[in-house]
Amino acid sequence: MIYWQLFLAFFRVGILGYGGGPSSIPLVEKEVVKQYKWMDDEEFGNTLALANSLPGPIATKLAGYIGYRVGGWLGMISALIATIIPTVVLLIILFYFVDALSDQPWLSGMTTAVIPVVGVMLAVMTIDFIKKSRNGLKGWQIIALLAASVLLIELLHIHPAFLILALLLFALVKPEKRKEEEGA
Amino acid sequence: MIYWQIFLAFFIPGVVGYGGGPATIPLIENEVVDRYGWMTTADYSQMLALANALPGPIATKLAGVIGFQQAGVLGAVIGLFATVAPSLILMIGLLSLLAKFKDSPRVKRMTAYIRPTIAVLLAGMAVSFFHTSYQSAGWLHTIILVVASYLLMERWKVHPAFVILGALVYGAVFLV
Repeated sequence: MIYWQLFLAFFRVGILGYGGGPSSIPLVEKEVVKQYKWMDDEEFGNTLALANSLPGPIATKLAGYIGYRVGGWLGMISALIATIIPTVVLLIILFYFVDALSDQPWLSGMTTAVIPVVGVMLAVMTIDFIKKSRNGLKGWQIIALLAASVLLIELLHIHPAFLILALLLFALVKPEKRKEEEGA
Repeated sequence: MIYWQIFLAFFIPGVVGYGGGPATIPLIENEVVDRYGWMTTADYSQMLALANALPGPIATKLAGVIGFQQAGVLGAVIGLFATVAPSLILMIGLLSLLAKFKDSPRVKRMTAYIRPTIAVLLAGMAVSFFHTSYQSAGWLHTIILVVASYLLMERWKVHPAFVILGALVYGAVFLV
């Protein structure tokens, strides 16, 4: 049953995600955190952070890991098949049989219209993450980390993987002398 | 031989491409056009245009169709395996390790520290999606779609699947 749920969840993600793998991130979150509750926000955030820091396509890393975490190797395979196969088969069919379709204006119109919708979903997730930062960080720490991230990633174009890696290492080696791990 | 070439052609972009599938597009082009000469740049752009118009992750669509073109179903399977497996194995290994220590305060702190950075990454993606939309659909359609989809999903809690289907219809009718 879990395999079928995994298949359905990632089938919907694959078939609704226009604009490549990254646009499927909010869809994955909807299925995995909100709909099926396989992970809480915290675990999903960690998964996303690591997926972002490793090379390769993001959608298959998310599908494969979440499938594995929820249903073992078989779960991984059903999530991967659901993510990849339907759209690959569709592309092969269209590419060989309905070549003229790529010139159809309504088809590109459809794709274009989904882009801002995904933008909204990503913006909502952004706000969620900022709100959740209060769980474990103080206000000034959140602002400092946000500012530093904007500066490094958006203005200096440092690859986010380096920043995430540096933060992880810092969290790991920082000595624990003050007792405020669960601080508000 | 051809299977090994297909494996390499997608393995290399998969392990050096940071930033998800779309970042690997030029790397794949480098392999399939420049190195192996399986297609011309024009063929590649046409395939890319069609792949972009369809849903789903982009790197796997390209690996599947190019692998199929070169060596049939087995070629497609090998292209897909080379695209997906290396980064996924790494991911499962690292996260399983992390899950083992998930109750340690240090791992909790790791989670807390990276959250604002993830927020910035998501915000950056949101901005680039809005920018793309503004460039291809204009500000009026962008604002209509943004406001409508925000209200539907966040205020009236409509499932995103229906909102995306609605947007597809809107695009087919108004964005031609």
